[in-house]
Amino acid sequence: MEIPYVIQPRPDTGIYNAKVGIWLFLASEVMLFGALFSAYVLLRVGAVPGEWPHGWQNLTLGTINTLVLAVSAITTLLAWVACKTRQFGKFKFFHGCTLLLALAFLCIKSEEYREHLTHYEIQLTDGRIAEGDMRENNSQNDYVLIDGRYVAEEKDLYDLRAQKDPKPEEIKIPRAQIKEMQNYGPWHNDYLALYFTLTGLHALHVLGGSIVIGYLWGPGRRLWQTDPEHFTNRVEVSGLFWHFVDLVWIFLFPVLYLM
Amino acid sequence: MDETVHSFPAYDEVPGDHGHGHAAHHDPGFWRGYVFSTDHKVIGIQYGFTALCFLLFGFFLILLMRWQIAHPGVPVPFIGPLLEKILGPTMAGHGAISPDLYNSFGAMHGTIMIFLGVVPLAFAAFGNYVVPLMIGAPDMAFPRVNMASYQAYVLGGIVMLVSFFIPGGAAQAGWTSYSPLATTIPTHGQAFWIIGMVLLITSSLLGAVNFIATIIQLRAPGMTWMRLPFFVWAQFVTAFLLLLAFPPLEAAALMQLMDNLAHTSFFLPTGLAVGGHLAHVSGGGSPLLWQHLFWFLGHPEVYVLILPAMGIVCEIIANNTRKPIWGYKSLVYSVLAIGFLSFIVWAHHMYLTGMGTKIATFFQATTLAISIPSVIILTCLLISLWGASIRFNTPMLFCLAFLPMFGIGGLTGLPLGLAPADIYLHDTYYVIAHFHYVVAPGTIFALFAGIYYWFPKMTGRRMNEFWGRVHFWASFVFMNVVFMPMFAQGMEGMLRRMADGGANYSAARVPGALDTLPNTIMEMHTWILWGAVALGLAQIPFIINLFWSLNHGEEAHSDNPWNSTTLEWQTPTPPPHGNFATPPQIHRGPYEYSVPGHDTDFTPQNEPEIPVTAPKISPMPAMH
Amino acid sequence: MSESKTAQPHNAQFVGGSELHEHPVDYKSYLRRCGYVLIAVLCSTALMIWISFLPHYDWPAKAGLILCVACVNAFLVAGFLMHLLSEKKMIYTLLGFVAVFFAGLMGLTIYAMHDMPVGTVYH
Repeated sequence: MEIPYVIQPRPDTGIYNAKVGIWLFLASEVMLFGALFSAYVLLRVGAVPGEWPHGWQNLTLGTINTLVLAVSAITTLLAWVACKTRQFGKFKFFHGCTLLLALAFLCIKSEEYREHLTHYEIQLTDGRIAEGDMRENNSQNDYVLIDGRYVAEEKDLYDLRAQKDPKPEEIKIPRAQIKEMQNYGPWHNDYLALYFTLTGLHALHVLGGSIVIGYLWGPGRRLWQTDPEHFTNRVEVSGLFWHFVDLVWIFLFPVLYLM
Repeated sequence: MDETVHSFPAYDEVPGDHGHGHAAHHDPGFWRGYVFSTDHKVIGIQYGFTALCFLLFGFFLILLMRWQIAHPGVPVPFIGPLLEKILGPTMAGHGAISPDLYNSFGAMHGTIMIFLGVVPLAFAAFGNYVVPLMIGAPDMAFPRVNMASYQAYVLGGIVMLVSFFIPGGAAQAGWTSYSPLATTIPTHGQAFWIIGMVLLITSSLLGAVNFIATIIQLRAPGMTWMRLPFFVWAQFVTAFLLLLAFPPLEAAALMQLMDNLAHTSFFLPTGLAVGGHLAHVSGGGSPLLWQHLFWFLGHPEVYVLILPAMGIVCEIIANNTRKPIWGYKSLVYSVLAIGFLSFIVWAHHMYLTGMGTKIATFFQATTLAISIPSVIILTCLLISLWGASIRFNTPMLFCLAFLPMFGIGGLTGLPLGLAPADIYLHDTYYVIAHFHYVVAPGTIFALFAGIYYWFPKMTGRRMNEFWGRVHFWASFVFMNVVFMPMFAQGMEGMLRRMADGGANYSAARVPGALDTLPNTIMEMHTWILWGAVALGLAQIPFIINLFWSLNHGEEAHSDNPWNSTTLEWQTPTPPPHGNFATPPQIHRGPYEYSVPGHDTDFTPQNEPEIPVTAPKISPMPAMH
Repeated sequence: MSESKTAQPHNAQFVGGSELHEHPVDYKSYLRRCGYVLIAVLCSTALMIWISFLPHYDWPAKAGLILCVACVNAFLVAGFLMHLLSEKKMIYTLLGFVAVFFAGLMGLTIYAMHDMPVGTVYH
């Protein structure tokens, strides 16, 4: 006996097996990201008032990423429609676009990570605080060079939106004056920890989704010759996962970039 | 959903996996057939065997711990030198169990028993083998995902076992891995624990998706929802619990891993001091957050432990009472209610975190409410015994014992659910006694029953009945010897996770002090130790019986030796690849035993209906 | 034999789900619909960015507004791109249930945060 309803839908549920499976999996993913979002809410609501960062992200890059994912969601859907209408050439084109857009997303994301990891908060021995992008941190020199500013007190580090986009200036700080120096990695504060964890997990999902779509676009397309409907269902199911990844970003973007 | 009966197209019109016909099915060979198999029956047996090995290992851990509790600091007999050789002199100096080693044994005992032992055995092993057969399906909906879930489980188990041998030892912060302790312990064992948990969670999630999709999509024609055996319903709800409750723990585990390795402060509060110095972390985190996320899984997890067991007990009771289960509908609605309610009771594990009265009352109310469907299930099973022709074979003995043992476990949960009482009882041995009664003489007895019951279907032979009864009576007696005294110890205030067994708080150590642990309570440790050893010895007949009966057991001489109505017994023995030659047609409910007028005392679900040939009776004249 | 017994609503305008291979598809109108959805998604993104820059509101209010727009955005993606609107009610209700559930649980946890024991020395 063969496993039924792999391709044809079961009459009383109206869907085929893999679609039930992917929606169940997406329900579990909702709980996964939901738990992380609820951690964000709890940590933010419980934070000391005035000490939660605003405007620390590169809004331009974030908006571009939003565009990239939105367009990729559309191309994913169109790739599936192409399969349904048996236009394999269009499928290759649209999913090729999806893969390129996914690559663009990951590149932009790594650039954002690099920007954060090269941005430093420096506490000086005389009590002042400097912050900025590290330009020179050669251990042979007795100074560090940053592109940033001095802040009057620690509170001013947080709300960048309220301040009128101060122009960064080149600051040379002798190492002898540095009490402590830390870059904006996940260890720096909870906001960054959440940012790196949430976007990191999301990026892993983008990567995983691209691998699956890449497989279907490349070696997996053999199934198209023998069973186009089965292949179409696989494209649909992986497309649903991709749309979910876009859905998560729709919430990630405002929560991390706009609030 | 009721349309299933009528709106099915005939099976041969529905195309299955294309490519090649299955008429001449080639022999898959050893690797494809037994190791990398996608057949649900093989995977079920793989899960079962691996889980039983882990259960045994977890039991050894607790034996070592019970020695330490009864004789703190005394080298372990026979095994002591071996421990020192394997684990090093810091952990097991002179063959005695150090407090750190005790803690790691404790944490790993819990983790292994729950995640590597009971859940894989109850949910994955029995579920994989029996559920597709019971619903008339050829296999699970996603066979390769099934294989992947087993492999993820094995990998997770290996990671957990390996963690014993790394410098610093295995995880030591309890199976609950509370922060900040879990982050500040100087061992990478915690990170190993988290990675192992992520693999196990992945395995469970894949399994859960598979089960739910299978039960929804692959039921045979005529198998409506209300004709499903209760075991299938129990597995269905269990799968939903795993699907929705595990991901928050995965998220929390990821965050704790970040805390451990990337020095973030998700769960580390501002001002945390470690070893007398301010910890060099950013702070701002919340230890409570970990607890919320952990127990959000932790509570549905315990229902994952018990529901499949209740399903197994229901099947065996129905079969051995030769009558339908009383209250099938109540059972179904109760199990659905348990599934839903189990998500909103989690903070009863957190009563002592300083929560306010409003929220404590909320969780207390839901916790007491969830006891209602549990009692309904137990009552239905109990009432099913009334007026029955009970066959006292080994599976039935285990199921009969399950009922009062689960009763004790469940009833002792009530004081723990009540917030005021829990303030005293939290983290005492009372809690340990409560949950062990539910899981050990509860779930594990049901799992033993399932092994004895389904053994003839898997192998075509019965397990030895005499040694089965020896196994049963010895296990039953010694389970109670081990766990009953713990209630008394808990009521006296003995706390959990004390490497010296409470000696520090005993009357012997501080004579004349108020509220110390009296000698009578401390002496129970010795009883418990010997009870545990005897319990371990009682498993030897079972292990020998299991392996010996594979090749030398009494032949069953029938595909349906227990004369059962459910579908798994209507297949050849053992069921071939694809299970059924043609899709079975279901005509009736799962427990049609002793139907009046029928020549046998059981009517299988797929037995064809006898066409009615008697002429229609003309209507009676109206009576005035 | 095409399965005409499915209980899906026949949405003649926006064809999704398994009906696509049974009914002739107007590819151009499908493409146009996708374009509209993309524009709607981009507009709501721009709206969210604009709200975040409004000067005279405090962050909790802005956060609430932004999240509302995000929900609309999410509905667009889920409804049209994942063709949830033309899909079987079961998935719809399951997801709705999960969403309500999750919201309730979050609310519960936040409620718990501010519920402290009273009458103690420090509170």
